[in-house]
Amino acid sequence: MSLFLFLCFVALLSALGVVLAKNPVHSVLFLILTFFTLSAHYLLLNAQFLAAVNIIVYAGAIMVLFLFVIMFLNLNEDTEPHKPALAQISAAIAGGLLLLVMVAALHNVQPAGYNADTFDSQVGMVNRLGLVLFKEYSLPFELASILLLTALVGSVMLGKRETGERNF
Amino acid sequence: MALETLGWQGLVILVVFGLSLLIATYCTYAERVIAAFLQDRVGPDRAGPYGLAQPLADAVKMFTKEEFFPGGANKALFIFGPCLAMVTALMSSAVIPFGNFLKFGTTVVMLQGIEINVGMLYVFGVVALGVYGIMIGGWASNNKFSLLGAIRAASQNISYELAMGLALIAVLMMSGTLSLREITLQQSVPGEWHFWNIVKQPLGFIIFLVCAFAETNRTPFDLPECETELVGGYHTEYSSMKLGLYLFAEYINVFVASAVMSVLYFGGFNFPFQYELSEWLHTSRGMSVDAAQNIISILGAVGFFLKIFAFIFFFMWVRWTLPRFRYDQLMRLGWTILIPLAIFNILLTGGLIFTGVIPEVKQWWLASGMAVR
Repeated sequence: MSLFLFLCFVALLSALGVVLAKNPVHSVLFLILTFFTLSAHYLLLNAQFLAAVNIIVYAGAIMVLFLFVIMFLNLNEDTEPHKPALAQISAAIAGGLLLLVMVAALHNVQPAGYNADTFDSQVGMVNRLGLVLFKEYSLPFELASILLLTALVGSVMLGKRETGERNF
Repeated sequence: MALETLGWQGLVILVVFGLSLLIATYCTYAERVIAAFLQDRVGPDRAGPYGLAQPLADAVKMFTKEEFFPGGANKALFIFGPCLAMVTALMSSAVIPFGNFLKFGTTVVMLQGIEINVGMLYVFGVVALGVYGIMIGGWASNNKFSLLGAIRAASQNISYELAMGLALIAVLMMSGTLSLREITLQQSVPGEWHFWNIVKQPLGFIIFLVCAFAETNRTPFDLPECETELVGGYHTEYSSMKLGLYLFAEYINVFVASAVMSVLYFGGFNFPFQYELSEWLHTSRGMSVDAAQNIISILGAVGFFLKIFAFIFFFMWVRWTLPRFRYDQLMRLGWTILIPLAIFNILLTGGLIFTGVIPEVKQWWLASGMAVR
């Protein structure tokens, strides 16, 4: 329990860091830390595969690309466009309303609870997950793969040099 | 887990940590000795007998050099970069099975930092994080050549990670597990010791080996740090021990890459005729089963380190033999040769498993993991 509370504390702190950091590179690094705490939560839930994949895909691949782009853009306070007060106020109100809706929806939710006798603690292990994915959810799984393949083909198509075009 | 076992396991973790550092330290010495041998020179022989204190002398030199912070650098991240490179390099040796288990009475000590059932994914995740040490260091230097060097290094690492992962999938298809210990045990089914994965996966091994060279930034893929044709790279602005940490992390990565290759393709802690030897110890020398198993485990750990040293020597041998690639050649090799080859290897492995050429894993054997029948 104390480990869980500590992880929650780090997660919330680093998530606040993402929003509040002045330097966008610091924001990205805080976001990576947030992903790490999420992975630690998965580990507490005995979902080792999900934890490892979260690190590899999000922290290891996607955030590296984020970092690439932000480092090259060289964002800082001088180049940041100054937003009008109206936009700031409306954004604050919209965000506050979203928070209100979420708190209202969740404030008296009871955790579903589980039966300690029938609960299977091995459910998050990689071989069990594989069996479930390829037996019960094989159609959604394959559809998701086709979606990813489509995105891949699309990005190759966009990045392809057309005949006669020169980029440098 | 009993408290006593936990204490033993802590000791094993400390030993693994110390060994990683010690081996990386002496890699710097071995690199010079091997370079000298290949170039017909004498090499370092002044500090201590046979120059064995040379790493110590290097460390003193590194620590006493001037520490320099470039103007306008992000100081916190400038320090954080090399730390991160070092931490990620050291973390990955935690799941490598350096030996089978030792048994004293009822206490069983695994010769492995920690056994998790997604061990291979753990190594991959940590390797993927190694990029951050380079990128943060390059960016925080506030030097456009450092930043370009960091981008160069990061894109090389990401490109070769893909081919590495695809080569690995073929091994995982055969073994059906992500645990490094189980992958090792599968390569030693009694009576079939010669079925190391290299026999079943020669193509996959070659792809993995090439990618390991690129991931550890070793020649012929050492573009991230080539100072002769391109500006130094991500560590252009680094000096003193912070530069030392970057270079040191590379040697730890070489050690870990060698260990992973030994586990995946060369049978890990298994060695030929281990069953015959244990049976001989048990029946002819009248040893108890546990004692025979302990001896086999220790011999296996020694054999595993011999395999690792052979790979480290190979890394250095290649460094002083081959010239380095040009950057476009490197990218073309990664994306248009290695990745299609790895996908072909996956198809080939799938076909061989389907037709039954590659036999199924014997599950009864995995349950016990004992060398003595």
